[in-house]
Amino acid sequence: MTSRTIEVELSTPGLDARGNVRNFPLGVSRRPSESVNDDFGAERMLVNIGPQHPATHGVLRLVVELEGEAVKRVIPHIGYLHSGFEKLGEYRFYNQIIPLTDRTDYLSPMANNIAFALAVEKLMGIVITERCRLLRVIACEMSRIISHLVWVGTTGIDLGAYTPFLWTFDQRERIYNLQESWTGARLTTSVARVGGMMADIPEGWERGLRDFARTFPTTLREVDTMFTRNAIWCGRTQGIGAMSAEDAINYSLSGPMLRASGVDYDVRKDRPYLGYEEFDFDVPIGVHGDVYDRYRVRLEEMFQSVRIIEQALDTLRPGPVDVDDPRVTLPPKSRAMSDMEAMIYHFKQVMEGIKPPAGEVYLGVENPKGELGTYLVSDGTAKPVRWRIRPPSFLNLAALPKLCEGALLSDVIAINASIDIVMGEIDR
Amino acid sequence: MSEAHPDLVPGGAGAGDGATDGADTVTALRARFPDGFVRAVVMSGQTVVHVTKASAHAILEWLQQDPAQRFDYLTDLTCVEYRDPERPLEVVYQLRSLSRKADVRVKIPLDPQGPLDVQSVTDLWSGANWLEREAWDMFGVRFKDHPDLRRILMWEGYAEGFPLRKSFPLRGHWSRAEQTRQALDANPEAYYSLEELSIAEAYGELPADVRDRLAKAGKVLP
Repeated sequence: MTSRTIEVELSTPGLDARGNVRNFPLGVSRRPSESVNDDFGAERMLVNIGPQHPATHGVLRLVVELEGEAVKRVIPHIGYLHSGFEKLGEYRFYNQIIPLTDRTDYLSPMANNIAFALAVEKLMGIVITERCRLLRVIACEMSRIISHLVWVGTTGIDLGAYTPFLWTFDQRERIYNLQESWTGARLTTSVARVGGMMADIPEGWERGLRDFARTFPTTLREVDTMFTRNAIWCGRTQGIGAMSAEDAINYSLSGPMLRASGVDYDVRKDRPYLGYEEFDFDVPIGVHGDVYDRYRVRLEEMFQSVRIIEQALDTLRPGPVDVDDPRVTLPPKSRAMSDMEAMIYHFKQVMEGIKPPAGEVYLGVENPKGELGTYLVSDGTAKPVRWRIRPPSFLNLAALPKLCEGALLSDVIAINASIDIVMGEIDR
Repeated sequence: MSEAHPDLVPGGAGAGDGATDGADTVTALRARFPDGFVRAVVMSGQTVVHVTKASAHAILEWLQQDPAQRFDYLTDLTCVEYRDPERPLEVVYQLRSLSRKADVRVKIPLDPQGPLDVQSVTDLWSGANWLEREAWDMFGVRFKDHPDLRRILMWEGYAEGFPLRKSFPLRGHWSRAEQTRQALDANPEAYYSLEELSIAEAYGELPADVRDRLAKAGKVLP
């Protein structure tokens, strides 16, 4: 067997007594260079990135096998944030699961809440009210904007651009304030309920959102000015981590990752839910499937989200938010205290929970990261037999070893950033 | 096997709420694989086809490649175990045809008491790689010919079982004290995966002290 040297380099290797960079060996010590096989131009080594590393966007651990600076193999390790949400869901009532959905993709919590509520409603055959539908569309598009803003900002930092991060987080803060005034929470919104929403929007909230929708594209155009024709940005992203349309489909990519590769597939257009077919918006499609195209797709999606929000605000009319269905909607407290029937419904819902009929449903929605699928199996009791989340960034991240073929170490950071992972939903 | 078990309520929840786009697929599948086809049901307007384990791979390959089907996109792959121990554990494939805008769900019923193994579909869809690893990790279903069937969410060497099985208690098989003891005993430095260690090993022999450390942590190199 040929013997080659392999080391694990930590981020701060330190120096030994002679002033040489110290290596932390993985199992083998450095051997003299004559023992290195000449077939390989350089020594190979394993470099460990993460799980505690800002460029891995959470607790992702990558083990990179390098030959010089060229990446030979990438081995992702996940599970550091595994919380067993799916198992926990089997022990909870349906509405009690909604707080768990906040914590999956915590960068777009409202969209997760709504995805789960929609699946239960499909299982029960509930048709939500018009106002609820529009509020959900608004919430989903707000989530898309904040998620993409985090993505643009942090990816900019990864590739050496700090200023746009401050701009995007400033704008993101405005949506977080709106979220807070609606739901009382900034991160763990739990905004949806089966058959409705936790609350109607407060007085004057629409004005705040209109103001945001009017002024926010200015920031997007500033980001566009900073990035789109920036030589450093283009050099770091164009042609990096490219994937063909066939591969993207074969790897089950979804969302901006799939569309950047030139596949015209958007759940909002192809499997419309929440009446998305009524809205006038475009779906940006990339050509090269590289990091740059993913950036362009996400930037354009934010402009389109603003369009959808404005249309939804134009058609939003006063009316009931919760569906009038005693199986899922609690009666008003005043009626529960005065009307026997209302009290019984209140009691049964709180004590026994919502009981969908036996059956199962899969519902995919277009989340900022890609297609978030909710697969629910019910046996007619108040707790699901199986609650499966199809996490979009789990499948997108699974393609990382393929995307990194032929890349350099610095590209791994750009490619990993371009996937837009959030470990909360990957590990669940 | 599945004939002996009660059917999923055919036309249960939301049956008939809208057309199903899978009727043609079911007809063609039944004609082509009379032995592999078990039954088809429609739930919430979605077509679910149950197939036997033996012909599942051939059926999935046909669904992917037949020009009239073209289910080119593996949306999801997971397992379902029911609370009723009599009911089979199911491996669930959620397929989609991007061009035809059609969906179909394929299920393989397995006896939860028997061996849980099915043929891997990583040769058809590369995206199945991690999904099958997760199904193995959480349910203990072995996928034959999978290139790299390792635990994915739980760590390598996790010995408590398969967390999403119904026989697995919510807080695990072991007591909190035992779990804490094991965690304190663990040697985090040894947590390089077998694959990484085999890379390391391919370059030279591991020194004795590392071998000892790995053996202590319960890791045996292949």
